[in-house]
Amino acid sequence: MSKIVHAFTRTVPKWQPRVVPVKLDEATDAQLDALQVTPSNTKVSDYVLVLAHDFETLKVRSPLFNAIMYDPGGLSRSERELGAIGASIVNRCIYCAAVHASRHAQLEKNTDVTDRIFAAGKNADLAPRDKAIFDFSLKLSECPPQIGPSDLEALSDAGLTDAEVLDLVLSTSLFGWANRLMHVLGDPVRDEG
Amino acid sequence: MSMFDTTALSVAGVAADSPVAAAALTRSGIFDMSQAAETAVLAPREAGAWSHELRAALAARIAWLNGDSALSDHYRARAGDMVALADPEAGTFPPDLAPVIAFMDKVAQQTGRVVAGDIAALQAANVSDADIVRLAELNAFISYQVRVMAGLRLLNRSDR
Repeated sequence: MSKIVHAFTRTVPKWQPRVVPVKLDEATDAQLDALQVTPSNTKVSDYVLVLAHDFETLKVRSPLFNAIMYDPGGLSRSERELGAIGASIVNRCIYCAAVHASRHAQLEKNTDVTDRIFAAGKNADLAPRDKAIFDFSLKLSECPPQIGPSDLEALSDAGLTDAEVLDLVLSTSLFGWANRLMHVLGDPVRDEG
Repeated sequence: MSMFDTTALSVAGVAADSPVAAAALTRSGIFDMSQAAETAVLAPREAGAWSHELRAALAARIAWLNGDSALSDHYRARAGDMVALADPEAGTFPPDLAPVIAFMDKVAQQTGRVVAGDIAALQAANVSDADIVRLAELNAFISYQVRVMAGLRLLNRSDR
């Protein structure tokens, strides 16, 4: 039996789709192309197989995701992850929050920031630069977005350049996208037993 | 297409001589890829149950729910016969689209409250799983685009 996970955690759950994923052995050539399945890479997650239903979007989204999260320069990797975590908190995407909190902890070699976020949520007490980044990502993720001049000023005061703020905008917005797939199309589950 | 001609930058009013232009140029590839994603969700070759006009109307609606009237107008212009769907306050649309509209509004505005029952409701209304994924991608992309543009506008203020 598996049970739906409702609390934020760094221990990455399993993702159980709410729709039937594309079956790899029935996938069209266009779906296989978007899935980037090759003879040496045949392991594809249920999540990606679900997204293969809309292969045109999957094909362009994967490189865009990688560019926003991993391209060199600008905001640090872990600070981009913090933007992703803020979005995932607002949108209550347990799975995304777990993946990106564990990545943040690995990059920082420290669990303190994500421990505080999971304990106190939006009111987490963080160092000034992390706090400015986290607060901005929370406000940008609201519908409608709630960012204003004072939030940008807080980021500037914390030492972020405009290029770094743009990277934060991009990573946070990207998770406005990812959360609406992961949290909407499936459940985070844990095997009991 | 120049980066400045992409929807995000042009509709947000960012030009080559704008305050945020230099920062945006550091990520020009990302803006180009974002435009390719817009084509994939708004005007795919295989559109499933959702015509390009219906997609544009839903995109306009989601932009409106996010308070972005400029982006909403941008998509509304492409909504054709489906334009009534673009306005959340009008509330006039074919009854068979009611479950789709309810789903899209909730995913856009109350993402955290979406539950398995919301997907089951679409399935009960005979929406195929592939078409459910297409709706989620459309909603998710517009939610992304709205936020990128909100950030660009903030960084582009001349009074900083």
